Amino acid sequence: MSESKQPSYLEYQGKYKGLFGWIFSVDHKRIGLLYMYSIMTFFIVGATLGLLMKLELIAPGKTIMDAQTYNGLFTLHGITMIFLIVIPGIPAILGNFFLPIMIGAKDVAFPRLNLLSWWIYIIGAVIALSSQFMGSGPPDTGWTFYAPYSFKTTTNMLPAVLGAFTLGFSSILTGLNFIVTMHRMRAPGMNWMKMPLFPWTLYGTAWIQLLATPIVGITLLMVVAERTLHVGFFDPALGGDPVLYQHLFWIYSHPAVYVMILPAMGVISEILPTFARKTIFGYKAIVASTLAIAFVGYFVWGHHMFTAGMSGTAQFAFSFLTFLVAIPSAIKVFNWISTLYKGSIHLAVPFYWAASFIFVFMIGGLSGLVLGALSTNVHVHDTAFVVAHFHFIVFGGVGFAFMAGIHYWFPKIYGRMYDESWALTGWVVFFLGFLALYSPMFYLGMKGMPRRYFDYLPEYHGPNIFSSLGAVVMIFGLALIIINLIRSARKGEKATANPWNGTTLEWTIESPPILENFEEIPTVTEPPYHYK
Amino acid sequence: MSQNEKHHIVKYRTYIFVLLGLLTLTGISVAVTGLNLGPFAVTVALVLAGIKSTLVLLFFMHLKFDQPVYGIMVLFVLAVFVVVMIITFLDYSFR
Repeated sequence: MSESKQPSYLEYQGKYKGLFGWIFSVDHKRIGLLYMYSIMTFFIVGATLGLLMKLELIAPGKTIMDAQTYNGLFTLHGITMIFLIVIPGIPAILGNFFLPIMIGAKDVAFPRLNLLSWWIYIIGAVIALSSQFMGSGPPDTGWTFYAPYSFKTTTNMLPAVLGAFTLGFSSILTGLNFIVTMHRMRAPGMNWMKMPLFPWTLYGTAWIQLLATPIVGITLLMVVAERTLHVGFFDPALGGDPVLYQHLFWIYSHPAVYVMILPAMGVISEILPTFARKTIFGYKAIVASTLAIAFVGYFVWGHHMFTAGMSGTAQFAFSFLTFLVAIPSAIKVFNWISTLYKGSIHLAVPFYWAASFIFVFMIGGLSGLVLGALSTNVHVHDTAFVVAHFHFIVFGGVGFAFMAGIHYWFPKIYGRMYDESWALTGWVVFFLGFLALYSPMFYLGMKGMPRRYFDYLPEYHGPNIFSSLGAVVMIFGLALIIINLIRSARKGEKATANPWNGTTLEWTIESPPILENFEEIPTVTEPPYHYK
Repeated sequence: MSQNEKHHIVKYRTYIFVLLGLLTLTGISVAVTGLNLGPFAVTVALVLAGIKSTLVLLFFMHLKFDQPVYGIMVLFVLAVFVVVMIITFLDYSFR
């Protein structure tokens, strides 16, 4: 590769310098990193809250906090992790950085709108988190804001709800930007069936962001109206229906699970062929399953409400549809495994993360079938089993895929390599801590331990100790990983343009990329994972 | 690819006719609230709102003059909405 005359996006000096050169930059790469630094900051807050909750649960009775503090803590943990981290997560960080590069474009379709999305994200985050520090105490409803409690509690609900409402706009604008970018800005020769799989998953995700997010926005405004004007949407005393709130909330929030997990699947679909040195197995099947998940995912929300008092007909329909969505998810897993079959597997840190993603995602997915079946759902509903399930899917899915992605694309982002032995140690510690933290919750849930309680019966003590110690180990692993990456971004060895022998377009440009990504827009002639 | 596409120019007269149509439908929406239509009151309001939305989509948002793919996208979104409504009423109709 010839040396470029253009400076890299990290060195480029535009109208603004220093911090302003970042927070007013319309470059998709800088915006991706802005999201990463913001999200990682919030993640450290959310993870600390989670650790405090696990320390409270290390023994029955009051350990380090009372019940009301615990209620506030799990609410803030949920709001932070869901609305500030896993929903924007991979699309906003890796999507913003790599989508234009992977489709051969200089930027997203609307760069200024992209920056506005980040600013709205920050404003929404500040509003949501301000609920902790003013008025009548932190909200205690859980991140779901369920009616009727959410309009009756005396805690500081309105900022939390309005913060989530504001964050929705950021998500909608990002989704809109990505859809237009992929329709209008693919490089010459890159037809839809030559587009890499990570952009494909961002495409499916973007449609969900665009269509489903307004529903939760309106629903949250209805809660505000209920609290302030007593309209009677959800309050039975005024002729409302609390179950209607759950319908509206989950019509958005279940597809939101696919906003989280689809891009994660896209990251894995990029990494496996690179490290198996083999064309991905079943490209078209993976594309079809991506769109199928995005589509069918709209219609399964009711499995969150099996014990809420829905009609039997609706329960049957939602259970059936939930089982349907397992099919495209399984198609992806089978294709990933088939990609590895007879590949010349190169063992490196991104591959370990990707392989462990498949492992934890399978556990999360199969336990999801237990929750999708009516009879077993009633038994484990609102128990620690559900907490284990969604942490395996959401944290195991998004978290592991993000870690896989950041270790895969780190050399491209910063132009430097990280210390592989520390990265590998971090992965081992994190993975073991993760399994120790969440696996006992499956057992505890099946034994009947309810979620969202600061106390439990003495018979649940043993597994809870194991789980709390797992949390400590996992946080230690996380610290190793983050310290290694921060240190390597500053002092790591210089990376080549293509350290992993990848075949997609981002590996054809310099590390770190120049401001406009390409000296000349490439013409695409080969499929994305073309290994000979 | 965009430089090869032609932009359709809509006459001001068309926009004014559409605006008048929207205002008329709004007037009708208000007027029918005075009639006692019982359970059909909501249906009538939604039908009128649906017609107004269609006019906005077709003319002000240029769907009528765009490539068919954009019309298909909008129809797809409407189809999702209809299915979501049907599934929701599997609960309310069978409780």
